[in-house]
Amino acid sequence: MPPARPADVRASGWGWRYATRRRAAVHELDLVIEPGERVLLLGASGSGKSTLVHALAGVLGGDDEGEQFGRLAVDGRPPGEQRGRAGLVLQDPESQVILSRVGDDVAFGCENLGVPREDIWPRVRESLDAVGLDVPLDRSTSELSGGQKQRLALAGVLAMQPGLLLLDEPTANLDPAGVIEVRDAVSRVLDRTGATLVVIEHRVETWLPLVERVVVLAPGGGVLADGAPDVILGRSADHLAAAGVWVPGRPRVVPQRLRREGAHLLQAVDLSFGRTAPVHAPVTLSATAGRALALTGPNGSGKTTLGHTLAGLLPPLGGSLEALPELHSGAGASPIRWRSRELLTRIGTVFQEPEHQLLSTTVRRELEVGPRALGLSAAETARRVDELLGRLRLDALAEANPFTLSGGEKRRLSVATVIATRPRMLVLDEPTFGQDARTWAEQVALLCELLDEGRAIVAMTHDAEFVDALADERVEL
Amino acid sequence: MSGLVAADATRGIRQVNPVAKLGAALLLALCLVLTIDWVSAATALGLEALIALALAAMGRLGIPWRVFWLRTLPVWIAAPLAALTIALYGQAGGTVHWEWLAIRVSDGSLELALATALRVLAIGLPAVVLFITVDATDLADGLAQVWRLPARFVLGALAAFRLVGLFFDDWRYLSLARRARGVGDSGRIRRATGQVFALFVLAIRRGSKLATAMEARGFGGTGRRTWARESFFGWREWLVVIAGWMVGMIAIGTAIATGHWNFIVG
Repeated sequence: MPPARPADVRASGWGWRYATRRRAAVHELDLVIEPGERVLLLGASGSGKSTLVHALAGVLGGDDEGEQFGRLAVDGRPPGEQRGRAGLVLQDPESQVILSRVGDDVAFGCENLGVPREDIWPRVRESLDAVGLDVPLDRSTSELSGGQKQRLALAGVLAMQPGLLLLDEPTANLDPAGVIEVRDAVSRVLDRTGATLVVIEHRVETWLPLVERVVVLAPGGGVLADGAPDVILGRSADHLAAAGVWVPGRPRVVPQRLRREGAHLLQAVDLSFGRTAPVHAPVTLSATAGRALALTGPNGSGKTTLGHTLAGLLPPLGGSLEALPELHSGAGASPIRWRSRELLTRIGTVFQEPEHQLLSTTVRRELEVGPRALGLSAAETARRVDELLGRLRLDALAEANPFTLSGGEKRRLSVATVIATRPRMLVLDEPTFGQDARTWAEQVALLCELLDEGRAIVAMTHDAEFVDALADERVEL
Repeated sequence: MSGLVAADATRGIRQVNPVAKLGAALLLALCLVLTIDWVSAATALGLEALIALALAAMGRLGIPWRVFWLRTLPVWIAAPLAALTIALYGQAGGTVHWEWLAIRVSDGSLELALATALRVLAIGLPAVVLFITVDATDLADGLAQVWRLPARFVLGALAAFRLVGLFFDDWRYLSLARRARGVGDSGRIRRATGQVFALFVLAIRRGSKLATAMEARGFGGTGRRTWARESFFGWREWLVVIAGWMVGMIAIGTAIATGHWNFIVG
């Protein structure tokens, strides 16, 4: 790959305010990144990391999208004027696939930049080779795994031969194997191209071998810390931990649990599961009050389908799934036969994407949905909702629209909506997906409380630390 | 061609530019909707069968017969159903054979029914054969390069089209989530309305994320865009377009010559 000239970044007094917000997302930022530098960008949620990276990629939009202050330049010119100079890879693998064939998808950026046709295909092949994606050019992009999709996005960016590579939490949604795949691909790409790198990632450890400088943005604006990784991570460890950064070597604080073992609630024997055909060999497992069961396995192994089957949302395809009297309390042994309302006090499900389970226009109303469906009195509903708002630090947001919350807040809300009806058992799909260290710890603490209250937890997860912290049993798919 | 398409895609009508197929199907349909008589439809159907058999004999049809019957099944079902409706309720004329309430089966309605059934087949069958071999990306390439439609519009639609698969997943999760939240017992229609709205919100969010990803790859810039895949329009494409047009014109000609021409307006 012909090395593209690495780009430099200069921000002086730069700031940005989205047109829909009153406060600026980034404020008074002064920052210089020299050509070829590899920078890890950190900061608390809301400190404007993502906004800065989007601005450097030239995709923040024009005057109707927001208001710009100060000056931001890549190679001395506004980033929006030089498409292709910076390449951006985002967090969600699904929304970055543009075309249906691998080769066409990688070629897309080159076409937009007006690269002559005879130069495009060699670039496509080189880029796929650099990210180690060894699939035919006509392979369907929908058949790729999460890690492969992220490498595809990286190849698409690389084919544009950018001088500045921007990565916005590129591995937050991936399983451990996918994380390593993508990190190694980025490392190879940088060695070949010498491009400047700016990467945002809470899980610092993944990127430490690659970066030579850490920049921490302050929540109020400007830069909080800037320097070599070991210096910054040592000196600002407390602040970084409070800001949600996973500082390596810091022990996770997990609350003590009572560990009172209760009754068996749900028993699956040789259960086969899938939407239409079984997606995995039959499994045998049980859920017990006060205990947490982790369902682990790589992306696509059928964890979600199994969880939804246990939760009474999908019919079992074979074997047996029996709710024991302690759980069904008169509703019958087969969860899929229960009415929707009967599920509420028995099994609560938290979906991977909180958006799928949001039903109302304010946080308060969202929390009222379950208690209302149970027919609880207005007074009891209000009591439960107020308690939950306080317990999950959502009281300030009671009148906000659930769709406008941050990722961590949405996750807390979706858990709150489920526990509002006090189910005996909870099924949680990737409860720590994309969470920073702080929201992670909050989530674990909350689940510990629920276990101590005698509820059973089944969690589909590929977060090894979460399994270590919480799981009493583990079933690997 | 880019040389990227799978081996079985390099034979027969699969190879023809989708824009030519679209043009042929449109021209044929246009000719056949001008008149409603059984002669033109039967002529067109006969010619189409001849062309299909000839292509199959040369090994250039590009789709196996099993696939043909399977994919055209809806057309074979729709044709007699449409005919039945016309036979029962169509404009009466000549001898009336059977009458009951609004139903009146007559010579006139039977002839119209036959004309309708043949027409559905004559338009539907070639359209299905031409389109099951069309790839969305190739069609977009053709629309932008051959028909010179704006790239922004064509590629935007193409990328959005890919999201449709994700919407099916979203819909499924929305249904499961409603059951999980205790509101899955209410009326089907009421629930569906809420779900459609939720899907709409999700669609906008997915769409805006995709737009950002496209913009990050230089889409929507002011510079000249190139095309990685050449959309080729040569003699074979002209042949397909002319074939579609000729079938339509011969059908019309036969109908006029035999006095069956029955202009749709009037």
